[in-house]
Amino acid sequence: MEKRVRFRSRWLPYLLVFPQIAVTLVFFFWPAAETVRYSMLLQDAFASKIQFVWFDNFTTLFQDPNYLASFKLTAFFSAVVAISGLSISLLFAVFADRVLRGANVYKTLLIWPYAVAPAVAGILWLFMLSPSIGILTYVLRSYGVQWNYYVNGNQALLLICVAAVWKQISYNFLFFLAGLQSIPGSLVEAAAIDGAGPVRRFWTIVFPLLSPTAFFLLVVNIVYAFFDTFAIVDATTQGGPAQATQILVFKIYQDGVQALDLGGSAAQSVVLMVIVIALTVVQFRWVERKVQY
Amino acid sequence: MAGIQLRNIVKRYGSGKHELQVIHGVNAEVGDGEFVVIVGPSGCGKSTLLRMVAGLEEITQGEIQIGDRVVNQLEPADRDIAMVFQNYALYPHMSVYDNMAYGLKIRKMPVAEIRERVNKAAGILELSHLLERKPRQLSGGQRQRVAMGRAIVRAPQVFLFDEPLSNLDAKLRAQTRIEIQKLHRELGITSLFVTHDQVEAMTLAQRMIVMNAGNMEQFGTPEEVYHRPASTFVASFIGSPPMNLLKNAPSGRRDGAILGIRPEHIDVADTGWELQVETCELLGAERLIYGRLGGDQIIVRVEESGPAPKPDSMIHIRPREDRIHWFDAASGKRI
Amino acid sequence: MMIERRPFLTFVRHTVLIAGIAVVMFPVYIAFVASTLSFDEVLHVPMQLWPGTHLLENYAAVMAHGSAKGSSAPVGQMMINSLIMALVIAIGKIAISIISAFAIVYFRFPLRQTFFWMIFVTLMLPVEVRILPTYQVAADLHLIDTYAGLTLPLIASATATFLFRQFFLTIPDEYAEAARIDGAGPLRFFWDVVLPLSRTNMAALFVIMFIYGWNQYLWPLLVTTQESMYVTVIGIKRMIPGGDAAAEWHLIMATAMLAMLPPVLVVLLMQKWFVKGLVDAEK
Repeated sequence: MEKRVRFRSRWLPYLLVFPQIAVTLVFFFWPAAETVRYSMLLQDAFASKIQFVWFDNFTTLFQDPNYLASFKLTAFFSAVVAISGLSISLLFAVFADRVLRGANVYKTLLIWPYAVAPAVAGILWLFMLSPSIGILTYVLRSYGVQWNYYVNGNQALLLICVAAVWKQISYNFLFFLAGLQSIPGSLVEAAAIDGAGPVRRFWTIVFPLLSPTAFFLLVVNIVYAFFDTFAIVDATTQGGPAQATQILVFKIYQDGVQALDLGGSAAQSVVLMVIVIALTVVQFRWVERKVQY
Repeated sequence: MAGIQLRNIVKRYGSGKHELQVIHGVNAEVGDGEFVVIVGPSGCGKSTLLRMVAGLEEITQGEIQIGDRVVNQLEPADRDIAMVFQNYALYPHMSVYDNMAYGLKIRKMPVAEIRERVNKAAGILELSHLLERKPRQLSGGQRQRVAMGRAIVRAPQVFLFDEPLSNLDAKLRAQTRIEIQKLHRELGITSLFVTHDQVEAMTLAQRMIVMNAGNMEQFGTPEEVYHRPASTFVASFIGSPPMNLLKNAPSGRRDGAILGIRPEHIDVADTGWELQVETCELLGAERLIYGRLGGDQIIVRVEESGPAPKPDSMIHIRPREDRIHWFDAASGKRI
Repeated sequence: MMIERRPFLTFVRHTVLIAGIAVVMFPVYIAFVASTLSFDEVLHVPMQLWPGTHLLENYAAVMAHGSAKGSSAPVGQMMINSLIMALVIAIGKIAISIISAFAIVYFRFPLRQTFFWMIFVTLMLPVEVRILPTYQVAADLHLIDTYAGLTLPLIASATATFLFRQFFLTIPDEYAEAARIDGAGPLRFFWDVVLPLSRTNMAALFVIMFIYGWNQYLWPLLVTTQESMYVTVIGIKRMIPGGDAAAEWHLIMATAMLAMLPPVLVVLLMQKWFVKGLVDAEK
């Protein structure tokens, strides 16, 4: 944190940080403060009367069954996306890690989906799972599965889960691969000489040493599931059918931009802010404590 | 306990036009309970050879036998060996006790027996008070001992050491060398020890394999290697300062031959070869005289109480006749 | 991780990886095939699995005038918008963050810590938690439907600043001291020493930020109202009309392929730097 060398200037540092601080103040802090303020206001339908109501919006929120349902849904969704995303990419990373011919080819082929926009990912899966013409729908039907996510809420949820996980595999894979490569080869060799087979080596040596990476990715994936998946939902199910895919971030958009409920949507935003802050703090604390061996 | 036989060991990497052969046919027999050091400069193939014995590298050609089994097709876990790595390879998330017990737990040894073995090894290595610590809480020397402890508890047929002292400072290195010697005297397990340091080789080895660019140049006791080096490489690698190798010896010259004479086997005299002195170094108990003789550079070692010639002066030196070695100029081999 | 030489294990590894790649590639392959079919062919159930013959026709059509049943914004224009957004955001973020990081690391000034924490806090304020007020600010500043509006609010990046800061902390002090003795001021030092050393990091960040900018969805959704300002990812979505049977999937998929092309190219071409940068950025 401390550098021995410091330049002396009264005005230069301020000039250098100015652009970033300016944008930060204007487009981050001010709107964030406004969000907090809105969350404590109540506007009527025509925005003509504004009342300051302290935490009433929040109490209304937590008593609203729709909101609570959305909350539960989002928690479930992020758990599914995070856990399946991590497991699948870990499997790929372990299999693709060194001593394998063509490891670089596999790596390249598994990394590029990182470049795909969540919105596009959603649309790709939308197309393949379209109830009328989707190619996967066709396959499912030949197995007797009636696929129509327009009416079946669970299927809609499955759709966004699959699209979300598909997109995240690359990111997780990259980090797991890097994590695996930072484990000294001699540790694994020593375990092999000690008599441990590949499976035992993985669970007793590799996985424990990979846990900082895994934890970091867990938090990142949860944040991803909470926020970046807005595009997936908007491009595919728009929260439906019947709020089956109305994750929190989408509800904020619907209530705020479409229904123009400023207070309620702002209150929801504040709740999300608290969640993000908690997650970020946890992540940084853990990363600080990451042991250097 | 068992001997090790290396028969025509060849190692090749890659294939087709990218093929690279790094070990060109090594033959050696290590006796039961013997401590053999494999020594050579970086890149000579010594670690590769060791790893082939361990099963961490495939044997391209040839056979390795441990005890009465040919082990070419056996996995490391089945060869009944233990290895000490250069960077110790201690499991960072396990305590010292668990590090040492790991291999035994895998072999389903009863807990009581594990405890007995670990405690005994810890006692020998003076680690008993550190058993609950994690590796990151230990000093370099302590980690080294844990690595050795892990090998000892397994009571294998063979110990393999891959440059274990390279990461220690000079003082610790000397201390640990003595500990390894003591350990070998007590346990008497067949050991292969790889190092690039010829001092370690000379002090630890009962016999040593001197390797250069994938070839085994000599396999003998420290005395044999020092007094009767088989090639110019061995002659200049073993011994410090290195043996003088003269292409243009002034006397007793056989054509096409290189004369070898160690610095400590040259005397300053009134007559003999004419040495043009370049510089002198006082090392405390002895003095090194650097000079030129004909076209060759020569180092002479004398007692500190002996002559101290000035630079650019000329002195006479005489090699001891019975200490002269001859090497073929073309092949480098001893004549 | 595999030390044993069992060929069966190797076979399993290759098989799983190939299967994984197939699953990962499959949606894109289907999209590609769809983008080469005609309207009737793409609606045929099941859709054929090999490419058709309408590739040039479809791509030319969407580039020029979008789709007919959904949004008719020309995709060509949208690609330009996306490109501008991605480039400005990538370059802008790098430029702003690198000088901020330089100031924070190499100067001691009051409020230094404060500024640092302010930047840190923005990590916890993704645009999704402040949509309406940010929109309000943009509207107040007359930034709706402008390139500035698309890019400016997204241009402050805590991640980039952190990455640069971390990197600067590893630059040996000797360089700065030598520069001072040589008579170079902070700006010269920055330009002649720090900047060249940061090239790899900048390349890696460029990839990440370009993709970030190109793939932005929520913010462009809010801040653009005219079709001429749409970005590609928004455009695709707008091509899907209410129900799903009547959509011109072959055109939609063509647009999707176009939307994926530049970011994927950037990743593939700069893969080495990208991988290094991504892993370093989050540590």
